[in-house]
Amino acid sequence: MSALLEVNNITKMFPKVRANDGVNLVVEEGEIHAILGENGAGKSTLMNIIYGLYRPDSGELKFNGEVLNLSGPHEAIEKGIGMVHQHFMLIPVLTVAENIVLGAEPGGISYNKKKANELIREISRNYHLEIDPDAKVKDLSVGLQQRVEILKAFYRHAKLLILDEPTAMLTPQETEELFGIMRNLKNQGISIIFISHKLDEVKEISDKVTVMRRGKTVGTLNTKETNEQELANLMVGREVVLRLEKSEYNPGDVVLSVKDLTVSDEQNIEKVKNVSFDIRSGEIFGLAGIDGNGQTELIEALMGLRPIKSGVIKYNNNNIEKLPTRERYKLGISYIPQDRQQEGLIMKFSVADNLILKEYKNSQYSKNGVIQYKRVFENASKKVEEFDIRPTDYNLLAGNLSGGNQQKIILAREVGSNPKLLIAVQPTRGMDVGAIEYIHKRLLQLRDEGSAILLVSLELEEIMSLSDRIGVIHNGVIMDILDGKSATREKIGLLMAGSQIEAKKVEV
Amino acid sequence: MNKILKSIYMPILAVIIAIIIGSIIMLVTGFNPLAAYASLFIGAFGTLPNIANTLANAVPLIITGLGVAIAFNAGLFNIGAEGQYWIGAIVATWIGYSFKGLPWYIHIPFALIGAMVAAGLWGGIVPGFAKAYTGAHEVITTMMMSYVAIYFSHYLLEFGPMMEKGSVPQSPLIKDSAIIPTILRNTQLSYGIFIAIAAALFVYWLMYKTVWGYEMRAVGFNQRASKYAGMNVPLNIVLSLSLSGIFAGLAGAVQILGVQHRLYDSFTSGYGYTAIVVALLAKNNPIGVVFSALLFAALGTGSQYMQLNAQVPGQLADVITGLIIFFVAADKIIEVLKSMFKKQKKEELAS
Amino acid sequence: MKEILLNPQLWSATLAMATPLALPALGGTFSERSGVVNIAMEGIMLIAAFFAVLFAHLTGSAWLGLLGAIVVGMIVAVIFAWAAVTLTADQVILGMAINIFASGFTAYLLNTIFGFSGTPTDTPMLPNINIPVIKNIPFIGQILSGNSVIVYLMIILIFASNYFLFHTNLGLRIRAVGENPEAAETAGINVIKLRYLGVALSGLFSAIGGAYLSIGLLNSFSTDMSSGRGYIALAAMIFGKWTPFGSFGAALLFGFATALSMQLQNSAMSKNIIMMLPYILTVLALVGVGGKSVSPAADGVPYTPKK
Repeated sequence: MSALLEVNNITKMFPKVRANDGVNLVVEEGEIHAILGENGAGKSTLMNIIYGLYRPDSGELKFNGEVLNLSGPHEAIEKGIGMVHQHFMLIPVLTVAENIVLGAEPGGISYNKKKANELIREISRNYHLEIDPDAKVKDLSVGLQQRVEILKAFYRHAKLLILDEPTAMLTPQETEELFGIMRNLKNQGISIIFISHKLDEVKEISDKVTVMRRGKTVGTLNTKETNEQELANLMVGREVVLRLEKSEYNPGDVVLSVKDLTVSDEQNIEKVKNVSFDIRSGEIFGLAGIDGNGQTELIEALMGLRPIKSGVIKYNNNNIEKLPTRERYKLGISYIPQDRQQEGLIMKFSVADNLILKEYKNSQYSKNGVIQYKRVFENASKKVEEFDIRPTDYNLLAGNLSGGNQQKIILAREVGSNPKLLIAVQPTRGMDVGAIEYIHKRLLQLRDEGSAILLVSLELEEIMSLSDRIGVIHNGVIMDILDGKSATREKIGLLMAGSQIEAKKVEV
Repeated sequence: MNKILKSIYMPILAVIIAIIIGSIIMLVTGFNPLAAYASLFIGAFGTLPNIANTLANAVPLIITGLGVAIAFNAGLFNIGAEGQYWIGAIVATWIGYSFKGLPWYIHIPFALIGAMVAAGLWGGIVPGFAKAYTGAHEVITTMMMSYVAIYFSHYLLEFGPMMEKGSVPQSPLIKDSAIIPTILRNTQLSYGIFIAIAAALFVYWLMYKTVWGYEMRAVGFNQRASKYAGMNVPLNIVLSLSLSGIFAGLAGAVQILGVQHRLYDSFTSGYGYTAIVVALLAKNNPIGVVFSALLFAALGTGSQYMQLNAQVPGQLADVITGLIIFFVAADKIIEVLKSMFKKQKKEELAS
Repeated sequence: MKEILLNPQLWSATLAMATPLALPALGGTFSERSGVVNIAMEGIMLIAAFFAVLFAHLTGSAWLGLLGAIVVGMIVAVIFAWAAVTLTADQVILGMAINIFASGFTAYLLNTIFGFSGTPTDTPMLPNINIPVIKNIPFIGQILSGNSVIVYLMIILIFASNYFLFHTNLGLRIRAVGENPEAAETAGINVIKLRYLGVALSGLFSAIGGAYLSIGLLNSFSTDMSSGRGYIALAAMIFGKWTPFGSFGAALLFGFATALSMQLQNSAMSKNIIMMLPYILTVLALVGVGGKSVSPAADGVPYTPKK
């Protein structure tokens, strides 16, 4: 085997961030090479550089021994580099064939549909990727859309295929199918870069792993010769603390009770199926699961942002499933949404205005419809100090603060109001270690003060280190609810993958 | 202070560039730009009656501009203010001439409120609900509704139910009790100017100090976060478009009651379109709207004077207006020019 | 009513009135399919109408007038594209700016060049064309034959546009850019270039439409003579669901409304009510009465390439 791709000492700066900092990588012919790293470790930036979408500030790319100086994706494509983005680069209203050949249509001025379809059928035969060229992309399942993306790369004669978090949107079955395709491609001599932050998948499919942390590559290992603990340590950069210091579990009354809840998405497909669970005061209930298994729909239903199909949501023994969102807030429910910039904050509002985003109508902040800005500012200066929001000028627009401080605004608003129930979705996503520790400390403090907390996270470590009880959701169903102390990675992992029987075995 | 300077720097620069390009056009077509601008300035501000007429011209621009600015603040582009202005004018005219024997303190408010309600419904109901529930873009729907309003008023006036007896397509005069009196004799300046200024202060207060304004601005900046915060997003869209229409309608009514006293086909002079320009130049700040309306009003009155005294066609005002907006919208041009300038300097230094 | 409908003049007027709507509607289709909302077509038409007369008058040739109109119209379109695509300015606001500018600029030039008496009466016109055989068919011949050359050009352009947009590789790329520019870019397509192309084509078609108004239908220019046709064209394009044939169909319908209102000159009521119809129909099409009209996904959204 020889090196197909060499990345030497690549650095890429963005305003304020060193996204890639002296990155090195060697990908051999016919190997599946995993790039492992947390969110924000610089994986996507690196891939966009290899694919010609970004220009590196310094460093060198070599492909097939030749130095690459890419001015755009078209040149990367020409050299034989293909990429499947995490968010598919497809045009839903066009057909499969049109999507595949776009930008490299077979000959002539006119679009030659017959020729295009023929070429695609041939490729799909060669690589065992069945597809109907005339289907509209918008009518395909996520798994098939991904297949279109892969075909797109091979239509352009890719020798290197970059898969950016390809399993994030897939069901377990589709993931297995994808792995089958990947092995098959590998046997045909194709090299694959597989980007992931899921240890188990990396372990299962890759030949080599390169771990990235904070914009740097921290090591390349043979997958066979390593284990998940070692990879996790490399990824996080220190021994993973599996259990935070936590006071005794001392649950009180049931605060939130969900019974037989069923919720559908916009296409009327059931995303949450007959889900039941209780959360008591003084406990953190962690909801573990792979992205896209109904977490979003469940939380939106709990918050009144999405209608429910059937079932009961009780809060302090009162039915709330018909209450509008604002009424739920008024009852003492707080909510940290997943996307702080799109859902949690108004970026063009000041910090002070954002701090009252849910309470501006309460008598505390407004009288007869007029906002009492004196009180708003009092509140702001208090919260800015208490939650250490920097810079301390609360008249700044939220959009001018760093991500960590933006999250602190939300935290100040949602935790600072002493909620009886806090629903926190990925509260530490994209944060640095210091901010993560701060947020975890706050959540635990809230729990000790007697609040009930529903914590939704894709990071297993986070769930395991904080939760008193852990519910595992798979395909809209709560597979099991485990005791936080005795739950193991393996068991949760298997439940997340949908395997109840296997999980039971582990227990025995 | 520095903050204010920073926020008005771009609009002022746009005005200066537009004036320079205007000069070039005049030079090429054989006029003296200095003389032209001097006579434009005298026309707008040279005498007391001229100042009064400029202020009078500013009244409909201020009020309609406020309406457009409200929609912009809520993230919506009300391009159909012209039609809403017509609707307001129609209703005010009708109330103005059909009710007899009302005292002025009932007749005037009645006409104003009637116009506001009608225009608010016109601007809010169809485009508002269409946007809120089907996602139909308000630029297109308000524009289409605007044309419908204009043809509707032509229908009313040209042999329609509001036409005065005779052959001229115009409505009857409104009753004296509905007339907003003039401040300065032989000018068009009525007490409507106070309505305009009060409206600006009111809109400022509404948008920046009240719960309602807070919600409308929140929805304008980020609908998703507003929904997550428990706000009723569709309701706010409908309300802000209605409010936008209400002010356009008020403007039409004030113009009828204070200046025109009757409705005829060519009554608007495109105030509804200029109002968009007014709001844009003011960056949708209600107080800024007053000043930006004054600028365009001055261009309007001044250009008539310029045409008579310097023989420069008055349409030059429209040329300048278009250029101002072009440069306000394409504000990145400044950066491009800056970098070109820097490059040139460097080359000069190098050679 | 029956008499009016059986009058061939109504139908040839429909065709004549549909032409200056169909041309910019076609142009708008290209522009919006590439992702740029171009309401500046109104102003481009007006400017083209003026320069068509000016060049026709100066050169004595209507054809050179048309050519001049096209050149000026496309220059304005490219300036618009530069601000909208390269500088990512708000497309609707830019369009408004150009329309206000065009209205003032053409009126200003009309007064300074031709004075207050208007454009010269000896300005040449583009020819009308009689089609052999068809012209002898009663009724049909009166409608289909003897129209301005631009009318026939428009019909050719509609078929050509449909082929270009839906059956060529370049057309596929333009549609891709208007739906998902990021996806197009990752497929190696130059988004910016294609958006310039879309806008330039809208300038071309609008300019032909504008020239038709001043040297096709008439041989003179008057202030604001485009009278909102650029906007109605936008409506026709939406009503026609962003397709050349659909736009043409809508333009015919709107042209019919105009022609009918001209026939009903004396009963003012029905005339103005009929003139409202195109706008009401467009609103209905947008809110989804009778199959919702859905715009290209990235229509009106500026795009900044990643590099």
